[in-house]
Amino acid sequence: MSTASVANHDAAHDHGDHEHHDNFVTKYIFSQDHKMIAKQYLVTGMFWALLGGFLSVLFRLQLGFPDMDMSFLRPILGGWIDETGHLDPTFYLALVTMHGTIMVFFVLTAGLSGTFSNFLIPLQIGARDMASGFMNMLSYWLFFISGVIMFISLFIKTGPASGGWVVYPPLSALEQAIPGSGLGMTLWLVAMTFFIASSLMGGINYITTVINLRTRGMSFSKLPLTIWAFFLTAVIGLLSFPVLFAAALLLVFDRSFGTSFYLSDIYIGGEALPNTGGSPVLYQHLFWFLGHPEVYIVLLPALGITSEVISTNSRKPIFGYKAMIISLLGITVLSFVVWAHHMFVSGMNPFLGSIFMFLTLIIAVPSAVKVFNYLTTLWRGNLIFTPAMLFSIGLVSFFISGGLTGIFLGSSAIDIQLHDTYFVVAHFHLVMGSASFFGMLAGVYHWFPKMFGRMMDAKLGYIHFWLSFVGVYMVFFPMHYIGIAGFPRRYYSFTNFEFTNMYTDLNMFVSVAAIITFLAQFIFLFNFFYSMYKGRKATLNPWQSNTLEWTTPLHPGHGNWPGEIPAVYRWPYDYSKPGAEDDFIPQTVPLSATPESNLPHEQELVKVELEIMKEEEEVLVSNDAKH
Amino acid sequence: MYGFLIGVGVLLIFSIIWMVYRIQTLVSVVKGSDKKIASGSNKINAILFIVFLVGTGILMFWYSIKEFHNYQLPIASEHGVVTDALFWWTMGITGIVFLVTHVLLFIFPYMYRYDVKRKASFYPDNNKLEIIWTAVPGLVLTGLVISGWMAWSDITAPAPENAHVIEIMGYQFAWEVRYPGKDQVLGDYDYRLITATNSHGIDFTDKNAIDDFPSPVVKIPKGEPVLFKIRARDVLHSVFAPHMRLKMDAVPGMPTRFWFVPTKTTAEMREETGNPEFQYEIACTEVCGNGHFSMKKIIEVVEPEEYQKWYAEQKSYIQMNPALAAGHSSEMNKLAEN
Repeated sequence: MSTASVANHDAAHDHGDHEHHDNFVTKYIFSQDHKMIAKQYLVTGMFWALLGGFLSVLFRLQLGFPDMDMSFLRPILGGWIDETGHLDPTFYLALVTMHGTIMVFFVLTAGLSGTFSNFLIPLQIGARDMASGFMNMLSYWLFFISGVIMFISLFIKTGPASGGWVVYPPLSALEQAIPGSGLGMTLWLVAMTFFIASSLMGGINYITTVINLRTRGMSFSKLPLTIWAFFLTAVIGLLSFPVLFAAALLLVFDRSFGTSFYLSDIYIGGEALPNTGGSPVLYQHLFWFLGHPEVYIVLLPALGITSEVISTNSRKPIFGYKAMIISLLGITVLSFVVWAHHMFVSGMNPFLGSIFMFLTLIIAVPSAVKVFNYLTTLWRGNLIFTPAMLFSIGLVSFFISGGLTGIFLGSSAIDIQLHDTYFVVAHFHLVMGSASFFGMLAGVYHWFPKMFGRMMDAKLGYIHFWLSFVGVYMVFFPMHYIGIAGFPRRYYSFTNFEFTNMYTDLNMFVSVAAIITFLAQFIFLFNFFYSMYKGRKATLNPWQSNTLEWTTPLHPGHGNWPGEIPAVYRWPYDYSKPGAEDDFIPQTVPLSATPESNLPHEQELVKVELEIMKEEEEVLVSNDAKH
Repeated sequence: MYGFLIGVGVLLIFSIIWMVYRIQTLVSVVKGSDKKIASGSNKINAILFIVFLVGTGILMFWYSIKEFHNYQLPIASEHGVVTDALFWWTMGITGIVFLVTHVLLFIFPYMYRYDVKRKASFYPDNNKLEIIWTAVPGLVLTGLVISGWMAWSDITAPAPENAHVIEIMGYQFAWEVRYPGKDQVLGDYDYRLITATNSHGIDFTDKNAIDDFPSPVVKIPKGEPVLFKIRARDVLHSVFAPHMRLKMDAVPGMPTRFWFVPTKTTAEMREETGNPEFQYEIACTEVCGNGHFSMKKIIEVVEPEEYQKWYAEQKSYIQMNPALAAGHSSEMNKLAEN
């Protein structure tokens, strides 16, 4: 219904002219246009990525150069650098915690899904906007509030939450245990509450939009894989974030109202606490019920973006479109039944460990299918290495490297030794951290022309890619060795133990690589903001892509298409079709217009298509009549 | 002064980069290569993938072989041999997949880099291929699951009757060790009984507790099953003995356990590693506060005879501090004196 009324509204005006009743506030701040909201998410995500990256540089300095005099950081860190110029061990934990929280939630969940789901869903399915523009705006601003609260928590006297990004109680519940579990933890919980509300509103919107607002002819079997990925990501988020909220709520009760959900038999700070009967393991179950699906919330959009970018730049249909969808569905379902593989040695029943090992290793199968499909898509393609394509290939590499180490960790017997060592750090930074990050960068490079009507500089993009790609491997690959050697995570220093009293050289190498990789991101930042104003003007379809967003004007207004929304007649991957003149056929080109390249089964679909076209004409005629 | 010079240096570097950037942009506009769908950079990027593949491949093999003795800690427990075998089997299988997929991933960009004259082949799907690469990983993973599951159920099976029981309690930021004494049974405890002198909260009204004794190190006999009863007093901790391939969380309110058979005494290990200072260590692997990185306990593996001798010589808590039993029945005190 709403589509129709917007369509009429648009048809009644000349295109673009309705922008004049947007003032600065409604256009750039409280915007309800999905494209502007996407840009808001992107820029906010970039801010958080820089901050999260900076925090990691700080603790990498500590790990790589434990004897270094860090007095020069006092202007930023103040009292967290002690008189001898060393980083405070408590603040080290705060840095690790905040790095994790920021990167997982603010950058790779909000920054990635928020940006690209918002930007691409309406554009690629052929909708004027999200199902609810208002709720979409609310979603961003709740995220913003969440960010403000988290940001403030960095500056309070007792420091931000410091119990690791998983904030396991009792550590996170008891102020006596660590200073960060005081006000810092309270702010963490409040911020996360806003964040959860924000993701739910976003997710409901994405799902509703994909289901209800697809343009004529855009059946689920013609959806680009990006949309499939965003759609399933939103479904995962919708089902798992409420559980995190429950976990957080019970933690709030334990912290503030004297309940014992997670607390039992605790003697701390010279006194025995009255709490009995609670279980810290309960929290872990609840947390990882979100925590593991969260990994896929972060990863699936990146895989969706990659599918689109690789197909376009290979000038070749994505191999196994249906298999890709089935594996996405498989990952979605399985992501909910593997959470306890984070808890093999938490003290839970070993039988449960057996079950979760089995389920965990199953999830490797759809992941493997995706990798093989990417490889086959590249095979005998005609590959154009745009920066987006490079980052996508980088993503596939990280996905393989990090995915394979997951097989070690998913096997409970092997996990005994590797759990909570640097092997885990290497694993998830590659498979979800770097892979998703590369997906996000690929998305920015690919859709920048659609976002800002200008091109990013490709050469700077290449430099950015190679520095980042090599850099990420130089940071995380050595961590496998350190992890196999048994180095535990979240250690401030490794000098206390004989078995960790080595690899100072390797840790130094990792830190230097991390700093270089971090600095390389400034090339991207420069490229991004410079190209936004001074970049070369983009053409309408710079990558010669098939999807709908490239049929909009260079600067699409609110409503995306000036006239009617185009109808869709074919799947989005008709690249290099035999018989066709060009090496791409956009989704809007009817099969009846390309008899020379139609496959036998497509010839039969031509009849169905003619009906759609007739319907479309009727709408056009009725709109014209209203003029 | 130095700060100023560094600032100028950085500024200079940035302005040079900036100029190079501008010049190459202008040159590409003049040459018209910015209009082309794939410029000369396409080939360079394709070659760089090969360079990356070869370069990092060599680096990886060289370092993995050179450092093997460093990162592969010697194994000192029976199940450790099994889990390490599993680890290296998995490494072999995934290693092959890793190499093959990466060779393809980086060679394809070179082989199929853009050529105006060529058209990509339209190859949208092949169900046979999909089934093959669903089934093969499925089968391989089934093998890994079954072998992993067998090892896991052996490791987590109930400890043998004759296992030496030792309690390890974690607190911020150390471990404490309690032995059950002559009766081989640990006495009850209650966290509300914890005091400065009774750090475990041992209930000395339980007669099993009377002969319990503490130890500054975890002394265990070689070749005999040992059962760690693990608990925590304040927050989560995790007992990690890397050479024993042993890890189990210590959870307040929920005792956990891990049993194993040590296979090498500390002395034997000193000989094997050539390090006369070698000691088995326990570290904490669950973040527990600012002293997390320093929760160390030494394990000393000795010959069974030496262990028996040492065990018999230990003084119980009550012998060391009779006040602990104060207020208990005279019968208990009598028991304690024996």
